[in-house]
Amino acid sequence: MARGEAAPAWVGHVLVPLVNLALAFLVSGLIVLAIGEDPLEAVVILVRGAVGFEEAIGYTLYYATNIMFAGLAVAVAFHAGLFNIGGEGQAYIGGLGVGVALLAFDAHLPLPILLLISILASAAFGAAWAWIPGYLQARRGSHVVITTIMFNFIAFALMNYLLVNVLIQPGQMSPQSREFEPVAWLPFAHEALGWFGIQVTRSPLNLSLLWALACCLLVWLLIWRTRWGYRIRVVGGNEPAARYAGIDPAKVVIATMCVSGALAGFVGLNEIMGVQHRLLLNFTAGYGFVGIAAALMGRNHPLGIILASLLFGALYQGGAELAFEMPRITRELVVVIQGLVILFSGALEHMLRPRIEAMFRRPAPAGGEG
Amino acid sequence: MDEHFLLAVLTLDATLRVATPLILCAMAGLISERSGIIDISLEGKMLGAAFAAAAVAHVSGSEWVGLLAAVLTGAMLSLVHGFACITHNGSQVVSGVAVNILMSGLTVTLGIAWFAQGGQTPGLGEAERFRPLLWPGTEALREVPVLGTLYRELLSGHNLLVYVALAAVPLVWWGLYRTRFGLRLRAVGENPEAVDTAGISVAWLRYRAVLLAGLLAGIAGAYLSTAQNGAFVRDMTAGQGYIALAAMIFGKWRPVPALGACLLFGFLDALAVRLQGVALPGVGEIPVQFIQALPYVLTVVLLAGFMGRAVAPKAIGIPYVKER
Amino acid sequence: MSQAADVALLPPAIELVGIDKRFGAVHANRAVSLAVAAGTIHGIVGENGAGKSTLMNILHGFYQADAGEIRVDGTAIAVRSPEDAIRAGIDMVHQHFMLVSTFTVLENLVLGVKGGWRLAPALGRARRELLRLADEFGLEIDPDAVVGDLPVGPRQRVEILKALYRGARILILDEPTSVLTPAETARLFAVLRALKARGVTVVLITHKLREIMEITDTVSVMRQGAMVAHRVTAETDRESLAELMVGRKVPLGLDKQAARPGDVALAVRGLSVVDDLGVTRVDDVGFEVRAGEIVGIAGVSGNGQSELLAALAGMEPFPQGEVRFAGTVMTPALPGDPGDLRTRGLAHVPEDRLGDGVVGAFPAWENVILGYHDDPAYRRVVLIDRPAILADCAAKMAKYDVRPADPHLATHGFSGGNQQKLVIARELERAPSVLLVGQPTRGVDIGAIEFIHKTLLAMRDAGCAVLLVSVELEEIMALADRILVMFEGRIVGEVAGETADERTLGLLMANAAEGDGDGSR
Repeated sequence: MARGEAAPAWVGHVLVPLVNLALAFLVSGLIVLAIGEDPLEAVVILVRGAVGFEEAIGYTLYYATNIMFAGLAVAVAFHAGLFNIGGEGQAYIGGLGVGVALLAFDAHLPLPILLLISILASAAFGAAWAWIPGYLQARRGSHVVITTIMFNFIAFALMNYLLVNVLIQPGQMSPQSREFEPVAWLPFAHEALGWFGIQVTRSPLNLSLLWALACCLLVWLLIWRTRWGYRIRVVGGNEPAARYAGIDPAKVVIATMCVSGALAGFVGLNEIMGVQHRLLLNFTAGYGFVGIAAALMGRNHPLGIILASLLFGALYQGGAELAFEMPRITRELVVVIQGLVILFSGALEHMLRPRIEAMFRRPAPAGGEG
Repeated sequence: MDEHFLLAVLTLDATLRVATPLILCAMAGLISERSGIIDISLEGKMLGAAFAAAAVAHVSGSEWVGLLAAVLTGAMLSLVHGFACITHNGSQVVSGVAVNILMSGLTVTLGIAWFAQGGQTPGLGEAERFRPLLWPGTEALREVPVLGTLYRELLSGHNLLVYVALAAVPLVWWGLYRTRFGLRLRAVGENPEAVDTAGISVAWLRYRAVLLAGLLAGIAGAYLSTAQNGAFVRDMTAGQGYIALAAMIFGKWRPVPALGACLLFGFLDALAVRLQGVALPGVGEIPVQFIQALPYVLTVVLLAGFMGRAVAPKAIGIPYVKER
Repeated sequence: MSQAADVALLPPAIELVGIDKRFGAVHANRAVSLAVAAGTIHGIVGENGAGKSTLMNILHGFYQADAGEIRVDGTAIAVRSPEDAIRAGIDMVHQHFMLVSTFTVLENLVLGVKGGWRLAPALGRARRELLRLADEFGLEIDPDAVVGDLPVGPRQRVEILKALYRGARILILDEPTSVLTPAETARLFAVLRALKARGVTVVLITHKLREIMEITDTVSVMRQGAMVAHRVTAETDRESLAELMVGRKVPLGLDKQAARPGDVALAVRGLSVVDDLGVTRVDDVGFEVRAGEIVGIAGVSGNGQSELLAALAGMEPFPQGEVRFAGTVMTPALPGDPGDLRTRGLAHVPEDRLGDGVVGAFPAWENVILGYHDDPAYRRVVLIDRPAILADCAAKMAKYDVRPADPHLATHGFSGGNQQKLVIARELERAPSVLLVGQPTRGVDIGAIEFIHKTLLAMRDAGCAVLLVSVELEEIMALADRILVMFEGRIVGEVAGETADERTLGLLMANAAEGDGDGSR
């Protein structure tokens, strides 16, 4: 018999995520209500703050850039059956790579070469930081969830040490490096648009957004259109079948973790080369974890991740405005929403999905006997 | 000599104070994970409980009511975790991450809305905190060399929750290995089907396990904000939930070795404070960040199998779904 | 028949009335009714997937029926959980043992029993009772042995003891002999007779008719979820039961020509395989398979056949021996790679289809390239050539009559037989020189069985060397030109296909030549 009773694809891919998102917002609204503010008014402020004016849009897209990188990192690992919680640490170390490269070369090379070096450095450093947990999972059986958590903390300690003791600008008190030469600054969007005569307000949005979108396309091609992606999905879907098919799961796990770490490392590209123009502490600001929410909400598909990133970017930006306009509300409300999204679209995905899909079930295609 | 001895005792004393929340959380994680439910939400439960304890202790004026609030918060978050991964077979790791992120946001959100002090709770008076308990005879033994110092500095003079943490270890051990409930709890973490076909509810067993974990993590939170400190500060757990998780794994999911790991990690922390700016003969100054990272590095090394093998409960992380 | 006359006056120990159960679209039990007299041994036979296990799992409360009634000693009871069943005196020994392998025998015994919260007194009581039960029913066991260290036979004894300790008066055994040697089976049957003598009602699920004839008093036959017949065992025979099971004459005599063996295609010498726990699973095995012949490997499951197949397919490294095939040699120093072996003409239909052979969540077209995904024909430059693969998949589906012929349907949405046809299409369409096949018809419906058997014979006649591993003796005897029998990792005998009979093979499978093979691993 064929168990081919299936709901239309849009139900699973669009309706269910939207319902889960609505639940997360509903609970957030209740929290706002409990705090003593008007949730509807809060939504209005939030939306206006996120997309209501040029600068806001710039900020929204800037946040979305980071979240896209982090979300892609989680998604790629997920397709191999790995849960990479280490995006935060990989982004941090990726930024270290960019910082070290630019500190070394910024006085000597032109921007295009510096950009290329920075992309390679952030990818290499992020990949290296993910390679160790990947290797330990593949060859020693250490669970990647636990080791990536541990590696987040090790990354914090390492960066602390390096910035306090090694990379600190001499004569400075605060633990940060010197500022890069302006040639090594990735052009801001307002600058780049200015070249074409389009004037927009200043914002931290920079050309990394284009690289993030390119990465979305590349990840899509990799996962669904190449045999490397095929191998990744076989390993994630059925590891013994991979072994049967002559695919070495250990190699795939290690390689996938490296790709995942490299993607997370690009958060460092956006932050260090694009915005801060120097190496400093805590620039990752939790993006590694927002990436988890974005990947879960986006169903580990680049298109979904772009949409989820835009949403979370808007929340981050709108949340800042909200905190400004409603003194009882803080930006951390966005973190609450993020936690609720992970809860409803991740941990509780089996709660509503079967029920909603059952409502839209259509009859099975004619099947054989069995 | 005497000075060094005192320094050593004081370091051990600090070790115990640092290790207390680790011990409570490690026991919490142990109970949950032995039943087959991964608990990476210790951090979030502890954070939420710390906030609840400080906030309620401030409002009610009683550290005991605060403790009750902390325990209830821990239990409630456990119920959320259980609802997601026991009732709805959700991913235990994802659910844990959700609880952690939710709490790191919610504590600050509520803290600012209620107290408007940048996410802190108002400082607690002496009467609203768990204070050090002086054991009888401390003064009398004051002059006795060695023993007197040990008694005064190490044994006596801690707050109640430190002793609760120490008592929790033999209690958990006894519960796990010497009671029928413990036998079933260990069984459900190894082979839930065997438990199910024996006519025992897998879900109810696991719910009880996560609730116990929530209770212990709640006590740990109360310790942070109403015993060790006199207020809640944003993100005050600062990764201790994860260190406790590491300690539990380092202790190979067994109570007494986990206690040892907590004390070791606590000792490293106390040592890091003492060694700050001190140049050791032959080595020079050890970067404090190195010592801070050591628990994580050690745990990774253990997990990698370079220091014996840590074998997790067999059914851990796998939602129990009847086959078919 | 005085006993039968006595029990006729009493209500049946168990009575199932109109039990109905669906799992999604699968109608596992269709209004099944059954009555078993107290103190008898009742057999339930049927093919794999006939609904026997589901029915018994409903009786044991593991599943809940959608409709129907359960009566024990004439009284209707509600069985909502195994707890309810156990309270009513119904207990079950599952096919996959429900034991905690890190626990001792005693701890497993105590696990499901109610009582005080302290463990020590419970363990003490259990120890005394265990010794008494062991003595009474011939179920010797070391109470302090860790279950994970015990061989299969003793583990089953622990399961039975567990049920008896919980006070079972009705004991269900699901395929208890599938993992046992004949000697262990004989011992189990002695225990069952002892249980019967003491008034315990036994329900035995099996698909082996010989066992039904040997041990049961009455027997029921299930087919496609429905109960099709109840018989007194003494008044029926194997042939009529077999006919009832499949509902039509079994096409036993395949139209099989004599083999024309050619050159040696696969040569195995001194091969040993050791598992993760250090147990030797394949022990110094050597044989050859020639082009144009089918060599069958018979044996009770778990005697090293799976490990042998995995080693030959390059999936499992081995510490000793060598395997020669198509000009290449696999040795411990030069382990094979499944991908490389495939390109050299080795095809492998794995034993566990959903476990190894396909990715269940993938659409059919993606599984049709599994193992051959590096073939340049399936890609353009670096990207996968979807149209080419889809066309390839559609062609294979048509040729092998896979239904529904929809390349986009998720593979776990196909029936077992159609999944198997997909795998066979993938593996056979490349005209391999050596074909490894494990349990080709497990979980496959009758129509597909015949198709698969014919396909395998056609492969042989086309000059392929076929190594067939199956626990189904009839299948081996129908297909194989030579039969090797495996026992505890060794090849203990060879029989020519045309002269093989069940008795000879059975004796070899039990290794009767070397005396008692009782769990001495």
